[in-house]
Amino acid sequence: MIGSLDTVTLQKLWWLIGSVVGSLFLFLTFVQGGQTLLWQLGKNETEKSLIINSIGRKWELTFTTLVLFGGALFAAFPKFYATSFGGAYWVWIAILFTFIVQAVSFEYRKKPDNLFGSTVYEAFLFINGTVGILLIGTAVGTFFTGSNFVLNEYNLVRWTTPWRGLEAAQNIFNVSLGLFLVLNARVLGALYLLNNIDFSGMDTFKTRTRNAILSNFIAALPFLLIVLIGLLTMDGFNVNPATGTVSMMPFKYLKNLVEMPIVLIILLAGLGLVIFAVYSAKFQKRDSGIWFAGPGTVLVGLSVFFTAGYNHTAFYPSKVDLQSSLTIFNASSSHYTLTAMTYVALIIPVVLAYIAYVWKLMDSKKLKAEELEGPEASENY
Amino acid sequence: MIEQIDLSTVNWARAQFALTALYHWLFVPLTLGLTFLCAFFETIYVKTGKDEWKELAKFWMTLFGINFAIGVATGIILEFEFGTNWANYSWMVGDIFGAPLAIEGIAAFFLEATFFAVMFFGWNRVSKGFHLFSTWMVAIGSNLSALWILVANGWMQFPTGMAFNPDTARFEMQNFFDVVFSPYAISKFTHATTSGFALSSFFVIAVSSYYLARRRHVTMAKRSIAVAAVFGLVSSLMLAFTGDEAAFIDAKHQPMKLAAMEGLWNGSRNAPVVAFGIVNGMKQPGDFQDPFVVEFKVQGLLSLLANRQAGSFVPGINDLVFGNRDYHISGVTDMMKKGKLAVKYLAEYKNAKKAGDLSNASRALAEFNKYKKYLGYGHLDLPKESVPPVAITFYSFHLMAAVGTAMILIFFLYLVFTAKGTIDRTTWLYPIGILFFILAYIAGEAGWIVAEVGRQPWAIQGLLPVKMARTDIAPVNVKLTFFMFLVTFTLLLIAEIKIMLKQIQIGPKGGEAK
Repeated sequence: MIGSLDTVTLQKLWWLIGSVVGSLFLFLTFVQGGQTLLWQLGKNETEKSLIINSIGRKWELTFTTLVLFGGALFAAFPKFYATSFGGAYWVWIAILFTFIVQAVSFEYRKKPDNLFGSTVYEAFLFINGTVGILLIGTAVGTFFTGSNFVLNEYNLVRWTTPWRGLEAAQNIFNVSLGLFLVLNARVLGALYLLNNIDFSGMDTFKTRTRNAILSNFIAALPFLLIVLIGLLTMDGFNVNPATGTVSMMPFKYLKNLVEMPIVLIILLAGLGLVIFAVYSAKFQKRDSGIWFAGPGTVLVGLSVFFTAGYNHTAFYPSKVDLQSSLTIFNASSSHYTLTAMTYVALIIPVVLAYIAYVWKLMDSKKLKAEELEGPEASENY
Repeated sequence: MIEQIDLSTVNWARAQFALTALYHWLFVPLTLGLTFLCAFFETIYVKTGKDEWKELAKFWMTLFGINFAIGVATGIILEFEFGTNWANYSWMVGDIFGAPLAIEGIAAFFLEATFFAVMFFGWNRVSKGFHLFSTWMVAIGSNLSALWILVANGWMQFPTGMAFNPDTARFEMQNFFDVVFSPYAISKFTHATTSGFALSSFFVIAVSSYYLARRRHVTMAKRSIAVAAVFGLVSSLMLAFTGDEAAFIDAKHQPMKLAAMEGLWNGSRNAPVVAFGIVNGMKQPGDFQDPFVVEFKVQGLLSLLANRQAGSFVPGINDLVFGNRDYHISGVTDMMKKGKLAVKYLAEYKNAKKAGDLSNASRALAEFNKYKKYLGYGHLDLPKESVPPVAITFYSFHLMAAVGTAMILIFFLYLVFTAKGTIDRTTWLYPIGILFFILAYIAGEAGWIVAEVGRQPWAIQGLLPVKMARTDIAPVNVKLTFFMFLVTFTLLLIAEIKIMLKQIQIGPKGGEAK
């Protein structure tokens, strides 16, 4: 069956797969959100230790999802991989740098003789959760606002600013998307901690965590509004389906949502789930909000990626040379590679299943302070 | 394709790749092998039910975790460096090269990431059996990730299963299985992973020897050595076998690399292996200088190893550069002429197609097809560019081969004294074990230098020179990131070593009595 799919279907399918992986990453940034809450919520070593050990058991999943996002885009849309990573050089280098320092920080933070002391590793975690996520949001913002590149006849990229991608941070829409993601990650982080930690005997810690959910959500709202209003009103990069020519179209992304009502429904459902999670955590005193806000974030992410890539839209547009813009049709791998990779993608449900199984198995008991101070203590972060 | 090639960008990009890859390879081999050793130790614990084996497994897992974290940190940059520094490469071969990287993520990294958490934090949260299963999954996952990245690397050494598409000016995959089961993929995977197993066995032996020398944790150290010596001996034998295989396929597909490995300038029917030599670094293709200042040769051995046939012809660097009619070898000079024609006809084809001149387009395409095999050579400026740095390749290869061979003996000695029950009194062996741990690291890095420097100037053997593969970016950017990574990785390495030494000094739980 897969062997008989045509190129266009495969291109759409791989944009879907990429979108799912990217959106799952946004959900898993609860780890980064938790990292930035460490000093705010953890008022003593026990509380900090609980936070670190709670999110620390999931950090590699987030990290791996980011790596897979890169790998999947490389295989399915190599022209995007080459253009964006080679072009917007400094944005990606800065993002990667924050993930390099993150990778050692959980493991090394509390180990004796760790060269820098635990505060520095905590600062690494904070930088990853703020700068890293902010820049990822900024980079995703350029899917709508465009970048400064020209492709030559051999499709080799030339970037037209010496800032190599950092210039995207001058755009309010891009930065607002980044800040929204940082604050949303903090909402998710607090929700995850609320659900994962056994707070018995630590009421103030729990209240602090609960309050952080609402305060970060409120802080996120203005940026969400800027992003939503911007998205619905801005001119977008339209592709003429007959000729492949790219041109600016007023209200392009609003049109995409109207012409793809399912995407609009996904967006609204996602936002609704996040709002419900915050409400239920703060006002109904429930602990399970992460299981609404997480999927809600995935849905919002999907709607963003769908709006950027489907309905004859250039998903990685060039502001300076419209015809250099990348679409899912001109940036993709060949039919053969997409087909082969689709066979490989059949194992994704298996992977998701064992992740879910192990997650449930490991998190069925909440994390207790005693567990970190008992005889097994050396196995903790 | 690129009008002005700025060599300093390509050189900084190469330096950066070398830096990040060599740093990454400080941690990966230990991950690949130590995870299996942990799985062995835990299996013994589950089989025997003895808590000493559990403590022993947990001790090695602690060291594994410290090493694993920095392996992850140095690894992420490699995946994205193809895009940042080698954008042209990523576009031109992403169709083929991207697939194994994506599969690595889907099929391997998630196994590691998911079960790693169980291995470390699941002792009281899952059953004994499921914990053991998780430890094995981490071992299998990390080695599967090595498989896929080495499939990708193998394809760069021996591009197969693909065709050049003149319309998109890029290489496209034709046969997935040719890529995955290419002889290079299998050879790279088996040779690199077994080197990791051997190095990890030396790690366990070195730490345990230190304990035996200090009369600390004697029982634990003896047990660790027993398992590591067996694993190391088997691995080092496999390593030698797969190394021989690697040289054999180099002779077939990368004869220039093989010639550089042995410093063989003029081919012969009775080609020697140089057991020891000092290379004349000034020698150039076609001149009459001596290739070595000093050398001790074993005549005929290279003919035997390279072709598995005594007295067979092994081409030297000069044969490969200038051609050798007697043995039907077409030289680089000749291939460059054909390559220039391929470049010319490809441009003509593209121009004619753009102008809508179909008859000229199909004529140019027909001409291009005659010479497309040599397209990569069309981008070389001088024939001598096709020769990799001989001295670096030669010394790295000989160092690797010497250490690799000697390893077998050291593992054997550890095993013999363990079997005799006198390993805790064989104090003279301990410094040798510790020394070989360090030598195994150097040999592993040297192996990668042979593989990667030895194939210069090619990013993809015969098809794409590194200077064509790079990103169009000012050198200052790449230079800056080079030093950024140098400083970061060096500091993290110092931190890692300090933490590791401290944990070794603390030792396993269960006290000095054991």
